[in-house]
Amino acid sequence: MSVLEMKGISKSFGTVKVLQGVDLRLESGEVLALLGENGAGKSTLMKILTGVYAADDGQIFIDGEPVHIHRIQDSRALGIEIIHQELSLFQNLSIAENFLIGHEEKYRNTFGLVDYKKLHREVADALRRVGLQRPTSTLVGSLGVGEQQLVEISRALQSNVRFLIMDEPTAALTEVETERLFELIRQLRSNGVGIIYISHRMEELYQIADKVEILRDGQFIGTRVMAEAQERELISMMVGRDVDNRYPRVPTTPGETLLEVKGLTTQYVRDINLTVRAGEVVGLGGLMGAGRTEVARALMGIDKVTRGEIVFKGKPRRFTSPREAIREGMVFLTEDRKSEGLILPFSVRENLALSTLDQRKRAGLVNRRLEKVFASDMVKRLRIKVANPEQSVGSLSGGNQQKVVLGKWLAHNPDLLILDEPTRGVDVGAKQEIYQLINEMTASGKAILMISSDLPELLGMCDRVYVMFQGTTQGEVRGSAMNQEDFMTLATGGEL
Amino acid sequence: MGDFIRRYHLGPLIGFLLLFIILSVVSPQFMTFGNLRNVALQTSVNMLLAVGMTFVILTSGIDLSVGSTLAMTSSVAAGLMVTHVPIWIAVVVALAIGLLAGLFNGIFVAYAGLAPFIVTLGTMTLFRGITEIYTHGTPIFNLPDSFAWLGTAQLAGIPVPVILTVIVLIVAWVILAKSVPGRRIYAVGGNEQVAYLAGVRVKKYLLLVYMVSGFLAAVAGLVLTSRLGSAEPTAGTGYELDAITAVVLGGTSLFGGEGTLVGTIIGAAILGVIDNGLNILNVNSFWQDAVRGAIILVAILLDRKKTTTI
Repeated sequence: MSVLEMKGISKSFGTVKVLQGVDLRLESGEVLALLGENGAGKSTLMKILTGVYAADDGQIFIDGEPVHIHRIQDSRALGIEIIHQELSLFQNLSIAENFLIGHEEKYRNTFGLVDYKKLHREVADALRRVGLQRPTSTLVGSLGVGEQQLVEISRALQSNVRFLIMDEPTAALTEVETERLFELIRQLRSNGVGIIYISHRMEELYQIADKVEILRDGQFIGTRVMAEAQERELISMMVGRDVDNRYPRVPTTPGETLLEVKGLTTQYVRDINLTVRAGEVVGLGGLMGAGRTEVARALMGIDKVTRGEIVFKGKPRRFTSPREAIREGMVFLTEDRKSEGLILPFSVRENLALSTLDQRKRAGLVNRRLEKVFASDMVKRLRIKVANPEQSVGSLSGGNQQKVVLGKWLAHNPDLLILDEPTRGVDVGAKQEIYQLINEMTASGKAILMISSDLPELLGMCDRVYVMFQGTTQGEVRGSAMNQEDFMTLATGGEL
Repeated sequence: MGDFIRRYHLGPLIGFLLLFIILSVVSPQFMTFGNLRNVALQTSVNMLLAVGMTFVILTSGIDLSVGSTLAMTSSVAAGLMVTHVPIWIAVVVALAIGLLAGLFNGIFVAYAGLAPFIVTLGTMTLFRGITEIYTHGTPIFNLPDSFAWLGTAQLAGIPVPVILTVIVLIVAWVILAKSVPGRRIYAVGGNEQVAYLAGVRVKKYLLLVYMVSGFLAAVAGLVLTSRLGSAEPTAGTGYELDAITAVVLGGTSLFGGEGTLVGTIIGAAILGVIDNGLNILNVNSFWQDAVRGAIILVAILLDRKKTTTI
């Protein structure tokens, strides 16, 4: 039984105070959820705990004894391990080799070479403990995200871990994988490991956390016993004001049919049937890997359509590149903003302007004055928190980055906006603003096709939802009958 | 402060001025109009290649074939001229071959999806080989006298190659810094996937940058041929590395999407001043390369962008 305490932790970067006198208390055998918007200071606090950053002020205690953590190795020696949101595995190495890196001493034989026999034996044991049935020589890059996460956890457990930090561990997991992860967390908890669990998904916290600590703007707001905490209270603690309705969808009367898809088939999906009418928010749901993103890619002309019909704005269309689709008024906000949404070396202004350069050109040149006006208007309209549109986009928080990508597409004033995981990794406040933008768009007769793994969001924001199963549209849930049970029936291949 | 220095290329610029001041102090010869004109003239060929290289590197590519393209276009132009083909036709043919060489590289990079380093490593040897076949490995002399104008004449005391280079620099600067295609070139280099999804014709711009590079290699080839009065099949060997050095010295990222033409100009000027300075200071030629390399490393170290935490 041990206790980890952080007391009065403060940290500034330049003049920005990221943490101001934050406390944290974690006992072994409990799961503490750390809740807060992007930029609230959760990651910084965890980086201080693991020795990545040094605190300006404050102290860390284990069992009442002050400890000094200056490097990652220090925290490791104290039994503190972290599983990052972005996994830190070498994709080009095998599972066993990933275990080897950093622990070479442990597997050195008498000749100073690697004792592979011992390595594979111990790694196999470790994998068994987390329930991953894969040969230890499997290339990590060939594993799914969920499996990779298990590898990472099993690696962390190799050392004598007393406190485990998990940063958004379920962000990329399927339902089944999430369930397996929770099982593992419960097992660790009963073995006396203290776990700090960071997630934006409130439903999950109720399932897994014992206590919850809320941070806002770098300050400690409070802790609650999870089972007794009201969701509404937690959200208002996080946001600093009351949020009346988590999914403030304002339905409109649907107009004429904007998009009609019949029997759409590509290499990845088959026989997709769906319609979207002006003013509608139509959901595209299903389990991870059901082919949701692939439908969007087929519509946009990224993946080749082998069969089927797409009628967009009354004309049969088969776009052969996103460029054509965009020109006709169909745009696509991709799920991975770092690799598919943003140009990281570019400024906020340049990212916002990227898809509408032609609208502001004069004699082939960029009209920089117009572009600056455009960018600052967009920053205002979307309430992007940025000191200056000239700031590099990489320095923004996740929610603000997402708004930049959204702004890039809204600039087009598209007829159909395809949103793929529009609020992934986005905090509650920014989520609300994105939902409001969705309402604004549909109120002006535009339509949204929304893909989301966040089921409450999908059912809460969409007027209708098509559910996909194994690469095809299995069915549709709509109206007041939309519920999670029906959704899951369809998503797992059942019929209504 | 760091941002300020970077945005206005103050790193390379400070290095350049420092070199300039040091040389002015240690050698009275350096700060004379005649010498500076000489530096500008000698830098012009590398400057032209470096401009093309900037386009390519901004897309996170590289063009190792420019030295060979220079030799190939130079030889063909000279070969046509000595068989009494009108000069202007020879020039047009040379420029067209430069464009074709770039197109060839571009097709492999953009449409076959091969790594630019590998493609241009191949064409570097291929184009050199074509040059050797065409010339039978011997230099071509006795070019028409009027062709010498391009490389040796002066207008108002300024050498024609320098004027030509300045014009190329202005056009290239407008394209990269001010135009819509320029912004798209940066976008392709910054993230090809994002650019494609935003409706940028990525392949077209990849083709374009290699064609710019090939074309400017041909321009540089004509200037060099005219100045020397002959075409050497071994001309331009190693020039691609000087051009890359100028671009990198100018602060352009080899990963693409970041950098400016002004930086490249300063980078090429630094190289020119170093070479000139080493000569007027009578530095032993065996020492010159070592000194040059050391200065380059120091300059890059001073301008380094990211301090790693490891």
